Amino acid sequence: MMSTPGETGTESWPLWEVFVRANRGLSHVHVGSLHAPDSDMAVRNARDLYTRRNEGVSIWVVPADAITTSDPDAKGAYFESPAGKNYRHAVYYTKSEGVKHL
Amino acid sequence: MSDADIDPHGEVTVDRLALADEFAGAGAAGEGAVASADVAEYALRLGDDALVLAQQLGMWIARAPELEEDVALGNIALDLLGHARSLLHYAGTESGRSEDDLAYWRDEPDWRNAWIFEQPNGDFAHTIARQFFVATYLFELYGDLSSSTDPTLAAIAAKSMKEVDYHRDHATQWVLRLAGGTDESRRRMITAVADTWPYVDELFHDDELVERLASDGVAVLPSSLRERFDEIVDQVLAEAEIELPTGRTAFIASGGGRRGRHTEHLGPLLAEMQVLARQHPGASW
Repeated sequence: MMSTPGETGTESWPLWEVFVRANRGLSHVHVGSLHAPDSDMAVRNARDLYTRRNEGVSIWVVPADAITTSDPDAKGAYFESPAGKNYRHAVYYTKSEGVKHL
Repeated sequence: MSDADIDPHGEVTVDRLALADEFAGAGAAGEGAVASADVAEYALRLGDDALVLAQQLGMWIARAPELEEDVALGNIALDLLGHARSLLHYAGTESGRSEDDLAYWRDEPDWRNAWIFEQPNGDFAHTIARQFFVATYLFELYGDLSSSTDPTLAAIAAKSMKEVDYHRDHATQWVLRLAGGTDESRRRMITAVADTWPYVDELFHDDELVERLASDGVAVLPSSLRERFDEIVDQVLAEAEIELPTGRTAFIASGGGRRGRHTEHLGPLLAEMQVLARQHPGASW
């Protein structure tokens, strides 16, 4: 549940996860999190906290409690299967000249 | 080197920062543009506005209501410090003084900032009210000044305008949120707007200097910005459901900062800003 800031004396702002795209053609990458009272302020805070050294050209923010994660205790069930299946990597192709970001 | 090759958190050295190259407007009029006496005085006014405000906002660092806001105000302060450096550097070319000479070795009567910039931070709402009014004014000012016939002022204004655009947005967001937040935040925002409003008028005073410079297309007549300023302020305050003090009882400060007359708040601010440089002249670190 997101709380409204100021509702009680002890409440803080809700948590937001921040994704920044460093350049045209790249995807947004998770860079960290922050507190903000609402989404508009979260984007502005993200600009101030995570792009002050020219890191990005675009920002996404997502309420932290809107993210559903895989169960850390179910690592085996989730991630064991790909082990030993190297053929799934596209390593047998040669990269065309001048292609970046692969 | 493309942007992608620069490690944003790589080693930063003082050499790489090359502070002197950071002056906006450096080289806009060829190397070593020298300001006339009138232009220097005008640049001093703009530079002092920016420097005093930067110093004020710097006082919030480690004291802001939230960590995120701490950084936001710090960033805005640094933007303003950048504007001040460029403007004071240019102002100093007339008399052979450096930006540091002007920042650290002038006493109160030699400062040319308007009164609103030296008014105390107060609570967060007072700082936001001051930010809202001055950023709205500065955005219109720099917008017009970017087509100044003085290439150095035009270049400084063009860069500053983009940064002030964000300052205005930041303050507007907070005016709306404090006004529409809790009873306490709304009460504080209303008080802050009423307390700050008397100092707005001075920003739009014309005098002989700006009239002379404006006739050559160098400076912007402050009075010519008033209508656009009022329009934006009215719009935001209407959305915030805050009314400005009006009528014959509304107090308007006389102003006088452009002539070196200041309120009691500038002295202590300058003392804190200048003490280190004056105790250790020429020190570097």
